[in-house]
Amino acid sequence: MKEIKTHVTSGIPFSKAMKKEYTILIPDMLRIHFTMLRDVFVSYGYKPELLTNTGPQVVNEGLKYVHNDTCYPALLVIGQMIDALNSGKYDLNKTAVMITQTGGGCRASNYIHLLRKALKKAGYENIPVISFNISGLEKDSSLPLTLPMLVKMIFALCYGDMLMLLKNQVEPYETEKGAADKAVNKWTKELSRQFKAGKCWSMKALERNMRSIVSDFAGIKVKITPKVRVGVVGEIYVKYAPLANNFLEDFLRSQDCEVNVPGIMNFICFKIDNRIEDINLYGGSAIKKFVCGKLLGIFYKIEKIMQSVLAEYPRFVPPATYRELKKMVKGIIGYGSKMGEGWLLTAEMVELIRSGYGNIVCAQPFGCLPNHIVGKGMIRKLRAIYPEANIVPIDYDSGATRVNQENRIKLMLAVGAEKLRDREQRTDKSESAKKEAEEATV
Amino acid sequence: MLSIGLDIGSTTIKSAVLGEDGKLLYNSYERHFSQIPPRATAIINNIKDKFSLTDNDEVRFCVSGSAGMGFAEDAGFPFVQEVYATRTAVLRYMPDTDSVIELGGEDAKILFLTGEENGDKELEVRMNGSCAGGTGAFIDQMATLLGITPDEMELQAREYEKIYVIASRCGVFAKSDIQPLLNQGARIPDIAASIFYAVVNQTVAGLAQGRQIKGNVLYLGGPLTFHSQLRAAFDKTLGVKGLCPENSLCYVAMGAALAPQDKAMRLGDIITSIQERKSSGTYKSCEPLFDNEEEYKEFRERHMRDRVETADPKTAEGKVYIGIDAGSTTLKCAVIDEQGRLLTSVYMPNSGNPVPLVRNFLLDFYKEYPALTVAGSASTGYGEEIIKNAFSLDNGVVETVAHFYAAKRFRPEVDFILDIGGQDIKCFKIANGAIDNIFLNEACSSGCGSFLQTFAGALNYDIEEFAKLGLFAKAPVELGSRCTVFMNSSVKQAQKDGATLDNISAGLSMSVVKNALYKVIRATTKDASVSLGKHIVVQGGTFFNDAVLRAFEKEIGMNVVRPDIAGLMGAYGAALYAMERAPRQSTILNQSELEGFQHEVKAVTCKGCTNNCKLTVNTFITADGEKRKFIAGNRCDTPITGKKNSDDELNLYSYKLGLLESYKPVPGKMGRIGIPMGLNMYELLPFWYRLLTELGFEVITSPASNRSLYLKGQQTIPSDTVCYPAKLIHGHVQALIDMGVETIFYPCLTYNIDEGLGDNHYNCPVVAYYPEVIKANVRALSGIRYINDYFGIHRPKDFVKKFTSKMNGYFGNVFTVKQVGRAVRLAYEEYKGFLKNIRDTAKAYINAARKAGKHIIVLAGRPYHVDPEINHGIDKLICGLGAAVITEDSVSAEMEKFRVAVLNQWTYHSRLYAAAKYIADKPDMDLVQLVSFGCGVDAITTDETRSILESEGKIYTQIKIDEITNLGAVKIRMRSLFSAIGK
Repeated sequence: MKEIKTHVTSGIPFSKAMKKEYTILIPDMLRIHFTMLRDVFVSYGYKPELLTNTGPQVVNEGLKYVHNDTCYPALLVIGQMIDALNSGKYDLNKTAVMITQTGGGCRASNYIHLLRKALKKAGYENIPVISFNISGLEKDSSLPLTLPMLVKMIFALCYGDMLMLLKNQVEPYETEKGAADKAVNKWTKELSRQFKAGKCWSMKALERNMRSIVSDFAGIKVKITPKVRVGVVGEIYVKYAPLANNFLEDFLRSQDCEVNVPGIMNFICFKIDNRIEDINLYGGSAIKKFVCGKLLGIFYKIEKIMQSVLAEYPRFVPPATYRELKKMVKGIIGYGSKMGEGWLLTAEMVELIRSGYGNIVCAQPFGCLPNHIVGKGMIRKLRAIYPEANIVPIDYDSGATRVNQENRIKLMLAVGAEKLRDREQRTDKSESAKKEAEEATV
Repeated sequence: MLSIGLDIGSTTIKSAVLGEDGKLLYNSYERHFSQIPPRATAIINNIKDKFSLTDNDEVRFCVSGSAGMGFAEDAGFPFVQEVYATRTAVLRYMPDTDSVIELGGEDAKILFLTGEENGDKELEVRMNGSCAGGTGAFIDQMATLLGITPDEMELQAREYEKIYVIASRCGVFAKSDIQPLLNQGARIPDIAASIFYAVVNQTVAGLAQGRQIKGNVLYLGGPLTFHSQLRAAFDKTLGVKGLCPENSLCYVAMGAALAPQDKAMRLGDIITSIQERKSSGTYKSCEPLFDNEEEYKEFRERHMRDRVETADPKTAEGKVYIGIDAGSTTLKCAVIDEQGRLLTSVYMPNSGNPVPLVRNFLLDFYKEYPALTVAGSASTGYGEEIIKNAFSLDNGVVETVAHFYAAKRFRPEVDFILDIGGQDIKCFKIANGAIDNIFLNEACSSGCGSFLQTFAGALNYDIEEFAKLGLFAKAPVELGSRCTVFMNSSVKQAQKDGATLDNISAGLSMSVVKNALYKVIRATTKDASVSLGKHIVVQGGTFFNDAVLRAFEKEIGMNVVRPDIAGLMGAYGAALYAMERAPRQSTILNQSELEGFQHEVKAVTCKGCTNNCKLTVNTFITADGEKRKFIAGNRCDTPITGKKNSDDELNLYSYKLGLLESYKPVPGKMGRIGIPMGLNMYELLPFWYRLLTELGFEVITSPASNRSLYLKGQQTIPSDTVCYPAKLIHGHVQALIDMGVETIFYPCLTYNIDEGLGDNHYNCPVVAYYPEVIKANVRALSGIRYINDYFGIHRPKDFVKKFTSKMNGYFGNVFTVKQVGRAVRLAYEEYKGFLKNIRDTAKAYINAARKAGKHIIVLAGRPYHVDPEINHGIDKLICGLGAAVITEDSVSAEMEKFRVAVLNQWTYHSRLYAAAKYIADKPDMDLVQLVSFGCGVDAITTDETRSILESEGKIYTQIKIDEITNLGAVKIRMRSLFSAIGK
């Protein structure tokens, strides 16, 4: 028989023994959320390190070791890891890297394989790669997750969403610069402390914390002036990570905008719900459907808490719940479109338009396949339903320049500013008309 | 008070001065050659003089334009985005306008000013995204390629007779379309006009995104002002009569001047602000090329040693051999003696038509050295065939082989050759004395010689001067490795951040090298002697540039050999090849035959098959009146031999296409139902056809794809970077609508049928959900029953139930589960039968090929790559080279599931890996992968397929295809492959 040759390398599994000794490098996507996630890991005896290295060498390493037509997020995350390994900061015999794996028909599910290939090419074959996923992929390399740990992580993401939302809604208007940031720091520290103390993973604790957080932010002094309100949607990494979107949020704030970046919880609900939708559409196990439904139920409870807590302060715009989002997109795109961000991305645009953030940056890596469908592919239809929608799709990529991107965003903002002026004038007019009418009656 | 608007674009700077009443009092337009601050200052001073103002006079002042953004930021000036400015000006001066098309240096924009439905005032704006073909810079670039000025191009275009299809997605693509046309002898007026049409198509396809451009159309910006032929092309394509208003160049500047300003500025303050403006950033830099003069001297001396042996042609006698390399932009000729010593040579631009240049060279040579006898001749390069035919040369040799011959003279042990020419990058590895692996650049990897040249030109330098600037630059700009358009904006950004020209020059040289290394070769530099080779020879005109050579050595950390005839290697190699092969009198035209030599060119469209190749018929007439014809642009031999493709051709692509076309509509009681023939329908037509036919539908498939079908749907494409197969669907759906079908069936399929070859059986996101895009963007679908539900054919039992209920929803409860169950069973049988037919035929073809001693190529892609409009006849081309062609799905079933190094989760891609594995141990088979531009999934599959093949010692060949494909390059690749495997 012919000898079977193979180019496949299996990588080194992450064993229990490695847990205490190995530093685990984690890519950064959402600073607030991931900081708390890291702290959850620490509380379980891991030694995680959130990668914050940026700069041209990150992109260069990515370009060198990852196929250049691969999505930009993969290129950046892998480049960032190799750059970190190159830095000499870590003991290479005691370092592992971790990457999330979503599963599904998008090429993002392949990141871990690309990472392994890249590590091999760069001569880091002995670095264990840990897959962080909830899809049961890569059993040998997955992290042993316990239920309490998982719950804490989910809570961390919920808190993250809440902090991000409040920061975005308060910061542009705060009279004392840095007040919102201070509150974010205070709460990430406090919550991490609670995680470590083993507290705060009951719904009650969640509600208590959420209430205190909102009341803290509500206490920050603000001066409300009309600002162009901008929403950001997109491929998840490019949407959130400043490294990928050229510090989009900072740029928008520098242009005097209020930014709304929908949170990450809906994405998790979406991923769970996809299993149910699959069964609805194509048939399948009723038990699986039941379990997923139960799991979703937990998230629905959390959402409800967040909404009710926010409802006490009318000046905050609460996020739509997952179920509301799903309803919003009905008739626009089918629930079967689940790859990448799927219909959720379209739904987020609808939500943003409806809640007053009709100026939207739709951020995607150059050549992102799902985005051809759910992003760029849906803009026309959204405009037909919501003529006030002002959406600009922006491609992010190692070769795209900031000048080009910012120029296009500025165009969107100019249109947004004009709409804002028109609205103000209309309200002014109606107010003065009201006044006149009142005076007339007097 | 006067209002001044300044529009600083990518290449030009425009100004407008308005009076209190908004009347335009003054305007200007000029190129700025990246010298923005001095130009801006001069303009302000000019205005000052013109209106007799002083520094103390106040004006309203505002800046706009893509390069104006950073400028305004640094100087603290008010800024208004340029598209917005355009709109302000149009609303003011041309209020009846419905849409505006504005082309700039590197931008293209469309503005819709009135609502699509009701004509109300509104604003919808489009700007080109990251791919910026079809702009002014593109037209300039193309003019340079044609060797004429843009103005001459306009004049030429008026004389056109026919339009060729040219991609204008980007310059790289377009060049590779135009080059073969030039080399085949196509007329300049036809090419010039075709370029304008390409710009129109790019603008419409890329920007209209589903909206029709109609009503009063306004043309603005440089290209549309200067080129009446471009306007005519827009008029014709859109079916409108657009208007190019007075001052069409200055609308952005006028709009800027109209922008509301809170406060006035003193003219003196404006000038001071320009001069004192602070750059907001620092640019990323990398190591200098040379630290000092000594280093450079040593480097020079080292490379001076690699010299070709020469001999004086005046004293030489006896036999000589001629090699001619008709490259993409240059023509090279070399004459050698029997010892392989170089006697004489030329290197010159080919000016779009190499034939008269070669004639002159040969005549001069004959006259000057009558004592020498030409004993052999060979041509190579893009123009290989036309030159061989025109001058009756003895041999033609594929350029990779020619380069290898030449490189061997310098380093007999050479194992890696990198050639960076004007338009292309070629690299190949040598193992066991033969070419082993070939890399050619493709679209989205520019960075060749002409790239540097164009850049130098834009900055008003000639290329040599410009390159020298960079040698001792202290902090070269880090520019990365992307396409020209991106590079332009990176350079602009760097300039803004204070990079000087020498640092930009060095940075550009480095980016050329990085592009070759990381994008074309995809090497890792950890150890270049492993990933490239131990004995590297570099050549091609671009390596004459010391900065590029140094950058390459620095990047790979090794010294390499650059022959002193780096630009001549193709011709020199061809001469060596001719010498090896021609120990007799050459057939090359002699002096008297050349004296009366004439060359005529005619363009025709071949009617031999549905490909409708645009042919150029060259007629060469020698002094004695003998006429010889040479036809170019063809994919097969039909136009030459007059015969239809012969029956003994072993082409499974043709067979499969024929099989799919055999599914003819059968009238039924449920009426007509249309299926768009694209994407996964090429796989599943047998299934849906049988299912729907059994249920009483008359299944109408959309007609065969072609360019005009594509153009029909072009306006409704929302994403200009999606793959061409997906874009084509728009045309197919439109065609079905035009045929009057009332129902269109195009379901969403997340999952494909599980063939057990992978870990999952997904479709790619585009194949899976494109029906949603059609639904959301094709307005003409209203009034048509459009069935795009999500179905799961991977679960046959559930599918019956789900399908019954969905269809009953559309047609009233007419179907029973039992009836559908039967139809579904038959549908699966039909589908299996179809696959079996393909697989059995493949077996027969393989046997026949083996009997005939033919090589077998697995042309691996996706099912829809069978569409001739998508594969551009590459299957026929390969058959024409004497091989049999089979498909990936015809052999994949021979394999069991095996482990690959990636997540193997797409059905079509699993077949690809399986096919690669299948051929691995078959010496008479090779795999060529077709990759559609924009296919994100293939970024993963190509590397993996390469690994599978290379781990088995096979050569991996990839062909990237898009709307248009340069078959010349494909041919070189295929011939190189055949020469490498010894066929």
